[in-house]
Amino acid sequence: MKVKEILETMDYGNAPENGEQAMDWIKKHSGEMGLYINGSILIPDGKEFFETRNPANGKLLAKICQASSEDIDAAVNAARQSQPQWEEIGGPKRAKYLYALARLIQKHSRLFAVLETLDNGKPIRESRDIDIPLVARHFYYHAGAAQLMDQEMSDQRAIGVAGQVIPWNFPLLMLAWKIAPAIAMGNTVVLKPAEFTSLTALLFAEICIEAGIPNGVVNLITGDGRVGEKLVTHEGIDKVAFTGSTAVGRKIREAIAGQGKEITLELGGKSPYLVFDDADLDSAVEGLVDAIWFNQGQVCCAGSRLFVQEGVADIFHRKLIERMNKLRIGDPMDKSTDVGAIVDPKQLESITQIVDDGLKEGGTRYRCPAELPDSGSFYSPTLITEVDPACRLMQEEIFGPVLVGSTFRTPAEAVALANNTRYGLAASIWTENINLALDIAPQLVCGVAWINSTNQFDAAAGFGGRRESGFGREGGKEGLYAYTRPIHAPSKKLVKVGALTGNPEPDYQGIDRTSKLFIGGKQTRPDSGYSSPVFSTEGKLIGQVGQGNRKDIRNAVEAAANAQGWGKAFAHLRAQILYYLGENLSARKNEFTDRIFSMTGCEKKIALEEVTAAIDRLFTYAAWADKYDGSAHGVPIRGIALAMNEPVGTIGMICPDESPLLGLISLIAPALAMGNTCVVVPSEPYPLSATDLYQVFETSDIPSGVVNLVTAKHGDVIEALSGHMDVDSVWYFGSSGHSTAVEKASATNLKRSWVNHGIQRNWSSNEQGQGREFLRQSTEVKNIWIPYGE
Amino acid sequence: MNSANHIDELARNPGTELDLDWILAVQANTSAIERRCKSLPGRRSIKKSNQAAWLLKAITCIDLTTLSGDDTESRVRRLCQKAKFPIRADLLENLELEPGAITTGAICVYHDMIAAAVSALKGSGIPVAAVSTGFPAGLSPFPLRLAEIGESVQAGAQEIDIVISRRHVLTQNWQALYDEMKAFREACGEAHVKAILATGELGTLRNVARASMICMMAGADFIKTSTGKESVNATLPISLIMIRQIRDYHDRTGYKVGYKPAGGISKAKDALTYLTLIKEELGNRWLSPDLFRFGASSLLGDIERQLEHFVTGHYSANYRHAMG
Repeated sequence: MKVKEILETMDYGNAPENGEQAMDWIKKHSGEMGLYINGSILIPDGKEFFETRNPANGKLLAKICQASSEDIDAAVNAARQSQPQWEEIGGPKRAKYLYALARLIQKHSRLFAVLETLDNGKPIRESRDIDIPLVARHFYYHAGAAQLMDQEMSDQRAIGVAGQVIPWNFPLLMLAWKIAPAIAMGNTVVLKPAEFTSLTALLFAEICIEAGIPNGVVNLITGDGRVGEKLVTHEGIDKVAFTGSTAVGRKIREAIAGQGKEITLELGGKSPYLVFDDADLDSAVEGLVDAIWFNQGQVCCAGSRLFVQEGVADIFHRKLIERMNKLRIGDPMDKSTDVGAIVDPKQLESITQIVDDGLKEGGTRYRCPAELPDSGSFYSPTLITEVDPACRLMQEEIFGPVLVGSTFRTPAEAVALANNTRYGLAASIWTENINLALDIAPQLVCGVAWINSTNQFDAAAGFGGRRESGFGREGGKEGLYAYTRPIHAPSKKLVKVGALTGNPEPDYQGIDRTSKLFIGGKQTRPDSGYSSPVFSTEGKLIGQVGQGNRKDIRNAVEAAANAQGWGKAFAHLRAQILYYLGENLSARKNEFTDRIFSMTGCEKKIALEEVTAAIDRLFTYAAWADKYDGSAHGVPIRGIALAMNEPVGTIGMICPDESPLLGLISLIAPALAMGNTCVVVPSEPYPLSATDLYQVFETSDIPSGVVNLVTAKHGDVIEALSGHMDVDSVWYFGSSGHSTAVEKASATNLKRSWVNHGIQRNWSSNEQGQGREFLRQSTEVKNIWIPYGE
Repeated sequence: MNSANHIDELARNPGTELDLDWILAVQANTSAIERRCKSLPGRRSIKKSNQAAWLLKAITCIDLTTLSGDDTESRVRRLCQKAKFPIRADLLENLELEPGAITTGAICVYHDMIAAAVSALKGSGIPVAAVSTGFPAGLSPFPLRLAEIGESVQAGAQEIDIVISRRHVLTQNWQALYDEMKAFREACGEAHVKAILATGELGTLRNVARASMICMMAGADFIKTSTGKESVNATLPISLIMIRQIRDYHDRTGYKVGYKPAGGISKAKDALTYLTLIKEELGNRWLSPDLFRFGASSLLGDIERQLEHFVTGHYSANYRHAMG
């Protein structure tokens, strides 16, 4: 076009990025990409390949290896072999390697960016200005984490070998999120990039070689879902880290149940975007561009549910539509493109299907008027308003550039709508009122809340979700624990503890004391109407306890859910109650000692020690209640990211069979201190010291429903408790080998789980029986980003 | 809401009643505004012929300015000559544009230089703008400020750049600001009035936003950032919040108000970013000298060098372009 004509149209014209060097890089590999195993990039003999294409034009980019079982074995073995040495060299030496990776990524930043855009379809602006700089930042940050590990995390060590599977939406960035913390903490890794987007991972392999990463520390294997499945279930893997869909995350959780592997999952989302009537509406509109049209909306934490306060809804929607009209959709390699290509025709089809089906239930659609390219995989940025919670469009993750919207009347309603979802990843809150913003952020069920901003990421701040968005954090100190275990972690095999037997005939000398259950602050009869006898070492009947069943669990969970106010009580109040509990237990020290003695047949001295330790533990967590502080992360904005420790919610606990009092107290005390409510299934063979606690609870001002006890045969209630959708975490320390069942059932709502895998924990030891590990299990870290400046 | 699609495309903003509810509802989130501005240059890239055209457009929007105590008639004449012929003839020819197709938007001077400028620009169609009302501080007696406008209009200025009383903003005396602006507008008569907010002295973006809106309600034809004499002049965040007010005002009333960032814009690349901001937030209609001006003195030189580079493929030098 002539200059004179452009003076009239004032068009931007084209500004294509040059893809030549990236294509040359592919050619250098003859278009066939190898696996990176034990320090070498190789193509095993007789290898199967699959194609990877540029979604913007459908053209073939390269062929990628489909790793075989042998390849996976080789990669895992290489990682196993190299792990002890990699851990042994210490943090400062590992730091130098991570630093080298950071520098090399910066050195080759444009090649990475161009390759990412060709492979994934995201606009070059995003890969160049967002993805790749964040990748470099992640390695820098974790170089520092490695450097400081020996000093700052001296009670932690590496888990071992991590098997990591990542998605296609941020291929290199997700690789960095997985690899950097893992190798910083002394683990070695086998990572599988997504089938659609393997190229930058293979360029990363070259960088690992350039940085001199020791052989086997980083291994990259490519392939489809079958490779991922084999990797995560591989017996040589100690830790599984997965980012991807909730459906696949659930499958992984089930598949590795009982294998003794650590796991963190970062899954789907349907994150709310709340606009209050006093917000800077123009800025909130602009925020939505970054929330839902960033990376074509293929972002797990995309602000995909818009809720606008009714007084400003019309004007806001009008402004939003005006803004949509300005979006540029097309060639991802053009530097002026806002919205690029959908990663693959399959994904395009999925988006189209969900939207078309969803619209049948209602909603008003507005599509960005910009013309889509004739070929390639593109979807118009879309706004659908008047979508109600009952519509699938409001519930299901679309994972595309589609925003659904509704309105709210009050802050309380905004919170209710925002939390009305199976997911719990992120949230954005727009208001100029700091009181409102800081009131709303803690009420939202999510791992990240952005005030007057959206999609902010940094290595220094944890990222991760709750509910079916998964568990575990990536980034920040909280993210490091995903790749460490306590140095004093238990390792001895647990011996099954059985109940004593005896003559079920009661002697009628005393008054009958049949313990009931303790639910909602009341002693209630078990639904089953059955009781079980408990015998002393001499075989004498010393009591009867109710046989709890799934309905009792249901009632207990309901009571616990209704008592969530406990989490909002001041920490000082919780401390006082825990102290009071300790005081009241202390007053009945002898009684509890005798009980343990007669139930378990242990030495009286041991029984006394157990009671003393239990009292001490209550005092310990009373002390912790107001001291387990969050932190203020130094993120690169003018502002802070507050990492707040929040209660997990309702925790289901199956107590150790041994140490019947101390075990139970060791679990409930940290949970209560951090504001959780508990559904507790006491020691199966020795339940009486738990039922004796009812009176202690009743005299200690613990609000009703905060602690609920259901005596039961563990096997009878495992499924009901671990599978209950309103339980947020489940802990299993029993001796009957139900760890697998617990982990499997936890997949229903992807709750957190903490099980013993048949390993004995020494409850009387301060290293294994208490401390920060228990507090971390009792809390969720929420990062609240608060930019400021007037 | 969009009351005014029927309003004549070229209609002058007559102003509205003072609507304090509207003013007090105006919000400006500084961090979010800064983020938008920071990412904007990376979101749009203008290359080759498009860049050349955009730079030419920028020239047509420049208020070529001299506001110095040592201004003389000859200095002003030289500047006017540059306004008429801002780019070398051979470059224009190469860009396939007729001689005289590109002139700057206006010449901007102090009152005493109006006559010289009017005479130098005679027949060119380039308007003369005069800074007024006790520029730059605006603290001379109010009747004198009004009288100054009258004198400048009489001397031939077609555009008057007034300065507002910053104290009215800082004390939130919106009524006083409205009344002042309205009086200035009336004093301008047929001459167009640009309201200089001196944004660097208003303290907060919210104040800038509210002052912008007040001035438009009181009939400003343009709102302008600064006098060039404050320590902080035009910035992208200030521009963004001001043009968003222009957009809201247009949405509500149908009248288009112009925007003039002034001071500190000296690079061709910055000019492209500003034009991009205008295009993205207000639309193409505003990419025109009747609705957009740069208050700049050294910007033109950098644009000339970039245009020569576009034409010849070689980086240029200052001395190859006529000084203004």
